[in-house]
Amino acid sequence: MINKVVSGADEAVKDIKDNAVLMLGGFGLCGIPENCISALLKTGVKGLTCISNNAGVDDFGIGLMLKTRQVKKMISSYVGENAEFERQLLAGELEVDLLPQGTLAERIRAGGAGIPAFFTPAGYGTEVAEGKEVREFHGKKYLMEEWLKADFALVKAWKGDTAGNLIFKGTARNFNPMMAAAGKITIAEVEELVPTGELDPNHIHTPGIYVQRIFEGKDYEKRIEQRTVTPGN
Amino acid sequence: MALDKIGIAKRIAQEVKDGSYINLGIGIPTLVANYIPDDIEVVLQSENGLLGIGRFPHEEQVDADLINAGKQTVTMLPGSSLFNSSESFAMIRGGHVHLTILGAMEVSENGDIANWKIPGKMVKGMGGAMDLVASAENIIVAMQHKSRSGESKLLKECTLPITGIKCVKKIVTDLAVLKVMPEGGFKLLERAPSVSVEEIKEATEGKLIVEGDIPEMVI
Repeated sequence: MINKVVSGADEAVKDIKDNAVLMLGGFGLCGIPENCISALLKTGVKGLTCISNNAGVDDFGIGLMLKTRQVKKMISSYVGENAEFERQLLAGELEVDLLPQGTLAERIRAGGAGIPAFFTPAGYGTEVAEGKEVREFHGKKYLMEEWLKADFALVKAWKGDTAGNLIFKGTARNFNPMMAAAGKITIAEVEELVPTGELDPNHIHTPGIYVQRIFEGKDYEKRIEQRTVTPGN
Repeated sequence: MALDKIGIAKRIAQEVKDGSYINLGIGIPTLVANYIPDDIEVVLQSENGLLGIGRFPHEEQVDADLINAGKQTVTMLPGSSLFNSSESFAMIRGGHVHLTILGAMEVSENGDIANWKIPGKMVKGMGGAMDLVASAENIIVAMQHKSRSGESKLLKECTLPITGIKCVKKIVTDLAVLKVMPEGGFKLLERAPSVSVEEIKEATEGKLIVEGDIPEMVI
């Protein structure tokens, strides 16, 4: 019998070794694997390559792992609001590959889908194109970009079942589904874990085939970066 | 008088066509949504994975799982849809998003744009900007005509690392509306109220094309 359920984040990440390549879902702080990040801070694993659109903020998300110097390299599209990330980058203390967001998303999708490379117009004529093959199709220039895969993909979903099927909520879906497919071992943490059969198959975003370990996370903080509101009610 | 940010947003809102799908960048472009006339219906795309961005939520509606590309909490309008980020950029690269409005540090007279990095000083990353400028059929830049230190941001050639080449179609600044000509050069279309052609010439380092009388913007 297939048993994907693990007791929690500590058990789920315990075999992540130094120098592993990880994918971490999320856009900004939305849909990030909070429990797995906390567990990695505890194991103290080092030399990580982290593929993630952002690196959290200074005191939350991957930002915490940058502070503890557990990350050797980031592959991201946006440094944005993370002063420590920007500082380590400018000081040359951290290797960083910055990629167009759509290229990052598609490279991950390609990794999960078994497509070794593809062509995209994004970044042609910019420093992103350095060292990359350029081909012209129908009069327009495109860059060749290769797939991305990871030893472990850490994803966060709203609901999941014991078979590993996942449903995401709102814009917390973002990079999570593609990463789930591109990880050799995919660890899914979910807000609510239900027995197989309880989720409507019509509503599954990520089929369980992509998920090797699943657990119900706890104490989700779900921090908001920019709390913008309309006055009144 | 030079326009403020809201003035720039109001002028750009006049460029928006009924029935279009639009991606708005962070900053002034986000403000454009507030000034689209009521009789025009558009769908706003957020590249993290949402079509149909609504207004900011009331306090009790705030949902950490519903944000726009600027990481601001938002709501969804009736008819919205949610999707993953690779689907989102398939929409963008596939040409389904008609108009992109974004900010810039520099624009060159052939339509190159720079907005993601100042070497040695500042690295924000390109986020989705490189995908957007490489793909949208219409790209409008919203920015100040000059930098804080008084340098022109409309140049012969960009000095900063570029985000995309030959892609900007129109620029709306605090001083003017300009069209980037296919053969190169900024064609002056309109000037901000009480701003003279001379002032715009003085603030534009790249080739400025002035033909006939230049009308004032109607905001």
